[in-house]
Amino acid sequence: MADVPAETRTKPYGGEVLPPPTVRVGPLRWLRENLFSSWWNSALTVGALALLYVVGKGVLTWAVTEANWAVIPASLKLLLVGFYPEEELGRVWAVLYGTVVLLGLSAGLWGGLLREAAVLLGAGVGVLLGGLLLAGWGERGLLGGLLLLLLGGAVVGGWLRARAPVLLLRWGKRVVGGGWLLLPIGAVLLLRGVPGGELWAEVPVARWGGLLLTFSLAVVSIVLCFPLGVLLALGRQSSLPVIRWTCIVYIEIVRGVPLVTVLFMASLMLPLFLPSGWEINKVLRAIAAFTLFTAAYVAENVRGGLQSVPKGQIEAAQALGLGPVLTTLLVVLPQALRAVIPANVGQFIALFKDTSLVFIVPLLDFLGIALDVLENPKWGGPAREMLLFVALVYWFFTYFMSHMSRKLERALGVGER
Amino acid sequence: MRSSRKLAAVLAVAALLAPLASIGQDGGTLGAVQDRGRLVCGVNSGVPGFGFLDEETGTFSGFDIDYCKALAVAIFNDPNAVEYRPLTAAARFTALATGEIDVLIRNTTWTFTRDVDLTTNFAPTTYYDGQGFMVRVDSGVNTIDDLDGATICVLQGTTTEQNLADEFAKRGLDYTPLVFAETAARDQAYDEGRCDAITSDASQLAAIRTKLSNPDEHKILTELISKEPLGPVVRHGDDRWFDIVKWTVFCTVEAEELGVHSGNVDQQLQSDDPRVRRLLGVEGDFGEKLGLSNDWCANIIRTVGNYGEIYARNLSPIGLPREGSLNALWQDGGLLYSPPFR
Repeated sequence: MADVPAETRTKPYGGEVLPPPTVRVGPLRWLRENLFSSWWNSALTVGALALLYVVGKGVLTWAVTEANWAVIPASLKLLLVGFYPEEELGRVWAVLYGTVVLLGLSAGLWGGLLREAAVLLGAGVGVLLGGLLLAGWGERGLLGGLLLLLLGGAVVGGWLRARAPVLLLRWGKRVVGGGWLLLPIGAVLLLRGVPGGELWAEVPVARWGGLLLTFSLAVVSIVLCFPLGVLLALGRQSSLPVIRWTCIVYIEIVRGVPLVTVLFMASLMLPLFLPSGWEINKVLRAIAAFTLFTAAYVAENVRGGLQSVPKGQIEAAQALGLGPVLTTLLVVLPQALRAVIPANVGQFIALFKDTSLVFIVPLLDFLGIALDVLENPKWGGPAREMLLFVALVYWFFTYFMSHMSRKLERALGVGER
Repeated sequence: MRSSRKLAAVLAVAALLAPLASIGQDGGTLGAVQDRGRLVCGVNSGVPGFGFLDEETGTFSGFDIDYCKALAVAIFNDPNAVEYRPLTAAARFTALATGEIDVLIRNTTWTFTRDVDLTTNFAPTTYYDGQGFMVRVDSGVNTIDDLDGATICVLQGTTTEQNLADEFAKRGLDYTPLVFAETAARDQAYDEGRCDAITSDASQLAAIRTKLSNPDEHKILTELISKEPLGPVVRHGDDRWFDIVKWTVFCTVEAEELGVHSGNVDQQLQSDDPRVRRLLGVEGDFGEKLGLSNDWCANIIRTVGNYGEIYARNLSPIGLPREGSLNALWQDGGLLYSPPFR
């Protein structure tokens, strides 16, 4: 952990390292130095500006006058939750509200990364709220409620951190931490309901769709594939031949086939081999395919990290009397995993986007719903508006992931030692 | 153009393994459907007019979807007792073979190989598709013969291109093919007026038409030059279920022939015409023989409508003309013909 600020860190021989001198540059000077330093640079600047103007004007004119955005608010419900029953939508909101309150509280209680995440998500909701994309005031109110709860949570959390007595603070942290642990279970119970339940009627996963499905697939697969990948990486380095070879064969086979094939197998071939009357839930099949596929890649990323840990570290741990398990858990893995954050997050982002391949299964995810709505003859014409919206949503979440990973790297001091 | 060798291999495996999979319990497919309380219908979720997502109802809509509803009405008297399974072209026969779906209504062409090799049964054709032509309304072209000397946009290296060459040679017509490797490029070229006509399956043409800059300026000729009969598909080995699907289609056709539609079905219950009385279950026990209630067909007509209504609701708006086409009733020169209900 970079507990010691860089400015006061000392070199081995004792000389102090000073931060580089900061030079204040006025905007005009900056312009002259960076954009108009030579006739050639000036020409490039002017040319680029002209190009930006032409393209930007075209896009803006299209967006404001020609584009028919009506398709998005009209189909928003389908896009977000698919065929989730209208009368049960309150449950989706409840899960959202619960998450947001927890995030707000954590942002206030711990600050740092969590605050960053809360700010980014809040901004996203704000853009959605401010945009022209919402059909009615009802949805606006519900979305506004999200923002309010996020803010409220953050204020309460911040107050606890700054003012509350230590005991209360400690309990607050425990409660919020427990809330995060319960959230996934609660969310699944609430969203899926209980078979034959009175209060929460069952909503079979087959009826989920849209962004809800995309999210469920991505989150569950990411959470499951990471530990599996780490185990596979460790197994590949094991000295026991059975374990080592099992892991090698698994990793190499899975990495040798396209994801589409894995999904195809899971969705089309698997049912053929099952005894009659058996039916494995399609969403589970897709999750299994994504998890097993991505785990192989994660394993190779982690193996790279494991190899980057100097042997001296292991020897030092052994010299301290740590057994092999503790050496791996306390010394090797923390360093290895930290080193491969960028690669792994890249893999997770790829997984998030790859969930759109579930049209093979077939399930209707966010993109699938968008494409099928567009086939309504009523909308006709090219599909730019809808596809732009879909792309923006995907971009927001992938950017969120990569941004948070960069912050995490900085917090863990990757690349600084 | 609706098949490929790779697909055939997968399907062959599927067909081989099909008998191992569940084909329903003692009550057959009908019993399984009734126990489950809903019909599972394999559909296409992305074809304008035939199956697409309707954001107003929040579910699927289209010509094929209406036949899923008709079947659900026949069994449960509830058009919403259907679970739609959107399927890719590659997945559809496996889904049927493994019992994942009860019936496949997903613009599937009835061919010898599929009927015999894939151990499926095809219910009567609901839509006679085939390669057709789309032209501009103001071009004055009404028949294929009017296309003499025309420039025609066509996809490269497909049976479509071959059919076009054969048909025009047979008729002794002259034409200039404008060949494209990709559908998007072909459609755009036609939209920009680089060719006088575009050729593909009629249902495809209708889909293309909805995406043109001015759909109303284009029309699809009724003449077709190839055969692509589309209809519901069921598994081999459950004749009772096959009968139900088959006669559900016939019910809609016979109703149109007899002039029974959703607006007058309740008056028609008092009709003196024995054919109408038998169709609507006032006389005889046809429904019971199928394992359904006697008013099954009356319910279908009341809720979903007869063939003409289903066609007018879904396919006429996207520019698929019915009059003079193969999809007209047999009295009007089409191919739609229901065996008698007696």
